[in-house]
Amino acid sequence: MALPQIKQDATEARIAALDLPVGGWSDAARQSALGRLREMGLPGRRDEYWKFTRPDTLTQPEAPRAALFDPKEAPVFDEVERLNLVFVDGVFDAEASDDLALEGVTIERLAETRSDLHWAKGLYGTLEANGQVPVQRPLAALNTAFATDGLLIHVTGTPSKPISICYEHKSETSDAMLHHVVKVDAGAEVTILENGPAAARFNKVMEIDVADGARLHHIRTQGRDHERQAVTHVFARLGAESVFKSFTLTANGVLTRNECVIELTGDDAVAHVAGACVGDGDFHHDDTVFVTHDAVNCESRQVFKKVLRNGATGVFQGKILVKAGAQKTDGYQISQSLLLDEDSQFLAKPELEIYADDVACSHGSTSGAIDEEALFYLRSRGVPEPQAVNLLTLAFLAEAVQEIENEALAEEITARIEGWLIRHRD
Amino acid sequence: MLEIKNLHVKLEEEDKQILKGVDLTVEAGKVHAIMGPNGSGKSTLSYVLSGRDGYEVTDGEATLEGNDLLDMEPEERAAAGLFLAFQYPVEIPGVGNMTFLRTALNAQRKARGEEELNATEFLKLIRAKAKDLKIDAEMLKRPVNVGFSGGEKKRNEILQMAMLAPKMCILDETDSGLDVDAMKLVADGVNALRDEGRGFLVITHYQRLLDHIKPDVVHIMSNGRIIKTGGPDLALEVEERGYAHLVEEVA
Ligand SMILES: Nc1ncnc2c1ncn2[C@@H]1O[C@H](COP(=O)(O)OP(=O)(O)OP(=O)(O)O)[C@@H](O)[C@H]1O
Ligand SMILES: [Mg+2]
Repeated sequence: MALPQIKQDATEARIAALDLPVGGWSDAARQSALGRLREMGLPGRRDEYWKFTRPDTLTQPEAPRAALFDPKEAPVFDEVERLNLVFVDGVFDAEASDDLALEGVTIERLAETRSDLHWAKGLYGTLEANGQVPVQRPLAALNTAFATDGLLIHVTGTPSKPISICYEHKSETSDAMLHHVVKVDAGAEVTILENGPAAARFNKVMEIDVADGARLHHIRTQGRDHERQAVTHVFARLGAESVFKSFTLTANGVLTRNECVIELTGDDAVAHVAGACVGDGDFHHDDTVFVTHDAVNCESRQVFKKVLRNGATGVFQGKILVKAGAQKTDGYQISQSLLLDEDSQFLAKPELEIYADDVACSHGSTSGAIDEEALFYLRSRGVPEPQAVNLLTLAFLAEAVQEIENEALAEEITARIEGWLIRHRD
Repeated sequence: MLEIKNLHVKLEEEDKQILKGVDLTVEAGKVHAIMGPNGSGKSTLSYVLSGRDGYEVTDGEATLEGNDLLDMEPEERAAAGLFLAFQYPVEIPGVGNMTFLRTALNAQRKARGEEELNATEFLKLIRAKAKDLKIDAEMLKRPVNVGFSGGEKKRNEILQMAMLAPKMCILDETDSGLDVDAMKLVADGVNALRDEGRGFLVITHYQRLLDHIKPDVVHIMSNGRIIKTGGPDLALEVEERGYAHLVEEVA
């Protein structure tokens, strides 16, 4: 079916504003992504998966301006022993970054690898392309075609420290597009941290291949700058007995759309995706998650919690698809919002689609206010109201934060949420 | 200590008068008990004193050491020294008992201009108090009241009271749901706090608690009023004969 003219025009206008990087192993993948993009067209407001989130500012040729914001606190993960890699408005900053060498992993930059025999060739754009069915994700195809840089992370062992990717935002008009590929070999284990507002507008894709028995922990914080916009995609493919755990904290940002597409392809694999977000005012946060069970005895958990106030909006679109033959699937999905006032809203579309008969899947979605009984109980013990609200808010988010296995990192995240809550007290 | 004069309270949402002129004074160092039929307004009185939403004071006043209670936020009342052990303690998933108590204690100390307790000092204090009430460390780590049995919840109220060391303690049916041993523990906890500077208002249906916590004064509340005040004997009379004859006396 031909694209509506208006969609076609919007897509071509966006493409015309970008340069297609050429001259390396990724050329073919980029060309094919460009073809996919032209077929699908960029998302429009009438698209089913964009009912709750307006894609206009993510698709228009120019990035809307985004002011910088200084929360006056040390950057997240600063205290963590890590290999730190820095991008400033989407441009790699070698000066600010640590040396790429670390035992158990090879890290290269997408913009610098030219050899046609590169290991990433079989993955770059491949997981993204697989993830276009049954739901189209045109902004990810756009990214595969036009990403200017990114990291190619090949984990062969168990690196002694997390790999941390820090996205700084220094230009009010930056429009960054990064594409990372992560391959975790059988039995290997790694933690990847991401943080920072990244750019005025940020489009990021991370393709992740977790081999049999491998483990990947992904913890990210995004936000800080109130006016920044982001669309991110994680495409993860899990082998047998592998573990993938991803947690995201989002604070601030006029628009964030985080898509996570997970395919459990090997038996006994485990995938947990969790998100906590706190939004005040002009804040729109969208988690769109698609988990496919295509093997026996796998476990998946989706835990998403949103705290919204002063007219903030939260969106959750989550699906568990259990394919025929994926017996003994254990699927869990919960999405909840805590609405701190009547102006804020939470829009949820939880879905289950099951083609196997021996499975245990549950999902639930709720939206509620602060528990007045609990609030009074705390206050009657002397806890001032704002502090009591914060305690209850942290308690509400705890189920998501608990998905972080590493206790020190979980504490760091909790402290960040607390800091945000204190800054945003009435 | 606590002075309540001609207190009239109605529900905010409905046209329903619940307290119809309560007069009551609890002196420092004394234990007053309130007994009375179900629905007579005992819990309402305790909630209004501690500042819960949903009630409207239409007349009268309540002061704690001369300070107008009704004008304060619930947390200010707590910092001023008022404590209510709830008839139905609230479960708060996700908030650890320890975190809760430490936050509460330090918030009160801060409000009073006192030094906050550090983690070590706090731990030492809570361990000692918890031991007296036979509350184990496991229970302290759990979220506030979540999964606690009825009796455990009540003991947890008394633990909070012991930690916060309030001046005026109101206990709303803290004895209900307690087994004989737990009742003794709770009573010991209360008795340990009895001193000249502290007042108690103990709401109960049973003489049994008053065997352990000997009241100085007993009030009978009925239909939103204190209809009779007497010594400890009054509780015995209720135990024997019920409320009907007392209610008739005033009618
Ligand atoms: N929020 C409310 N909404 C409706 N009715 C209420 C509310 N609070 C109290 N009442 C009513 O006010 C009256 C007094 O209730 P209260 O709980 O104070 O009684 P009580 O003396 O503590 O009783 P009990 O001995 O059973 O605990 C009852 O008739 C009760 O139904
Ligand atoms: Mg009652």
